[in-house]
Amino acid sequence: MRTLPTWYTAFVIPIVQLIAALAISSLVVLMVGENPFKALGILVNGAVNLQYGLSSTLYYATNFIFTGLAVAVAFHGGLFNIGGEGQAYFAGIAVAAACVALDAVLPAPLMALVAIVAAIVGGAIWAFIPGWLQAKRGSHLVVTTIMFNFIAFSVVNLLLMSYFTDPKTLAVESRYFADDAILPMAHELFRSWGFKMPKSLLNTAFIVALITAALVWWLLWRTKLGYAIRAVGQNPRAADYAGIGRSRVIIITVLISGGLAGLMAFNEVYGAQHRMVLAFTNGFGFIGIAVALMGRNHPFGVVLAALVFGGLYQGGTDLQFDMPSLSRELILVIQGLVIYFTSATDQLLRSPLEKLYLRLAPKEA
Amino acid sequence: MDSATFILALMDSAVRMAVPLVFAAMAGICAERSGIVDIGLEGKMLAAAFAGAAMSAVSGSAVLGVMAAIGISIAFSMVHGFATITQRGDHVISGLAINFLASGLTVVLGAAWFKQGGQTPTLSGDQRFMSLDLPGAEWAAESLGVVGQFYDKVISGHNLLVYLSVVAVALVWWVLTRTTFGLRLRAVGESPHAVDTAGISVAATRYKALLLTGVLCGFAGAYLSLAQTAGFQREMSAGQGYIALAAVIFGKWRPWQTLGACYLFGILSALEARMQGVEIPLIGTLPTQIFAALPYVLTVILLAGFIGRAIAPKAIGQPYVKER
Repeated sequence: MRTLPTWYTAFVIPIVQLIAALAISSLVVLMVGENPFKALGILVNGAVNLQYGLSSTLYYATNFIFTGLAVAVAFHGGLFNIGGEGQAYFAGIAVAAACVALDAVLPAPLMALVAIVAAIVGGAIWAFIPGWLQAKRGSHLVVTTIMFNFIAFSVVNLLLMSYFTDPKTLAVESRYFADDAILPMAHELFRSWGFKMPKSLLNTAFIVALITAALVWWLLWRTKLGYAIRAVGQNPRAADYAGIGRSRVIIITVLISGGLAGLMAFNEVYGAQHRMVLAFTNGFGFIGIAVALMGRNHPFGVVLAALVFGGLYQGGTDLQFDMPSLSRELILVIQGLVIYFTSATDQLLRSPLEKLYLRLAPKEA
Repeated sequence: MDSATFILALMDSAVRMAVPLVFAAMAGICAERSGIVDIGLEGKMLAAAFAGAAMSAVSGSAVLGVMAAIGISIAFSMVHGFATITQRGDHVISGLAINFLASGLTVVLGAAWFKQGGQTPTLSGDQRFMSLDLPGAEWAAESLGVVGQFYDKVISGHNLLVYLSVVAVALVWWVLTRTTFGLRLRAVGESPHAVDTAGISVAATRYKALLLTGVLCGFAGAYLSLAQTAGFQREMSAGQGYIALAAVIFGKWRPWQTLGACYLFGILSALEARMQGVEIPLIGTLPTQIFAALPYVLTVILLAGFIGRAIAPKAIGQPYVKER
């Protein structure tokens, strides 16, 4: 059996699957009476133009890198964490609590570090019970994390309303954190270096996201723990025989996954909004699933897929302005189709493409 | 308001709240007992709610609306079947894809067709299901005491779909436990290899189960937009598909127990609306979020095996690969 090259299985095939998703989305565009090619042009231009598009794309991608890595790490451990949404939301309240308590005393770099720790700890706390139940009582993580997403919404909204909201205002949100405790945003940094850069929500969390992706790669393929996680994921029985404490590894995997999802709150609450707003997670936790699947659960793939989805999000905003009859929810359709073609029916396109390659590629002697 | 009136009013609204859960939970039972995990209940309900309201708004007939709702729900169910049965893909992932598709399509098409930002026009008259008064309700309320009051306030005065939801439970129970098809359906969920050995197609049985799921989810969605409210609003299923899934687990995959769970969750959501700012002796006012979170908390406790044990069908979520 000949093996196919990585560039083909990891890049060409996902791209064909993405094109299939876009092709079917074009039918929806046709149904509302617009030109799909024009729509695609607006989408791409909106995502990569240098006036405001690219930096917003990177800002969205930051969220998706974190939530995508969260799903990917869990997948390597044979677990499916759909709780990123709740974990990030709970992490948000942890970040807000840390910032509101300490922003008067800590300088920006220290505050940022504390916010990162708060985000990781908050996300991990919310993931702990589902992880523990999976490891010790065999309760299916998929179902418990779905339930915990909803519980997070009730709990966090209650906390936000009771302890963070100014009773004089109607908006359910925390106060703004002190300016001195916030690291400069990307456009402020670039302007201080003399470059022209339009205002956007892009901030230092993007760098943190890239570093985190590298760390996750290192964890999974260069450490003992990573080996244990992958062993439990690929063959739990073999892991048992190898003396790997399965339930401990499951709990640790879920905690890491929750912490990664929690980091999204560092980008949104600390980095971009400088306050905690109601429902800031906005479904981004779920997009992490699509990102991880498209990125084949590899940290590098997750970063690339997060950029694609970041672009879709930013481009989708432009689409709504330029084609009023097309609402931005089109990106949800594209997202659904991407998930469907890249993983639910992966083999549908993958096996014919693999056969095609084997037929066309020159035979090795 | 005295406590009897309060309790009757609470039960009345609990019944109304539970209806979409009942239909969706029965849909979930059909899928899950056959071995298919279906977290796409939410998406199918949403799509059905939209199709129902759109068809009813255009045609002026609520019955045509229900048929459109069922049609679209079956279509989505088959998309799920293609991924999970034919392509042997991951059930959870396919369900998620369906939920995203439904959230997106309903708003994109709704905004383009009706130009109301994703809503459908408000429905009235024959375009929706109105409440029916059962015979003798008024007489019973006056002359039969509490029983009569219960009949008048809680049992009578609902629309057709409310009564159909109970019929649906009975039908699902009957099909699952009293017919050959039901036996086969449960068997492919527990031990597909054995069913295959007996010469029955695992794939065909699962597709048929998903057909039932589609029909039932269609009713759930139609109830949302054609009976409970007068038209479609974006994201109007609001997580009820997931609560239905919780009810299935809570009812241990059995129709009547699941109906009980749906009514329990219905009472909780009725309380959520009614307990706002209500002073309870010794406790004070409870935050309404508690009632919203309780169905999920209870389900997690049940899943953890602390109150009874919820045992899922054995072959659930596993693609069936024929041995060669």
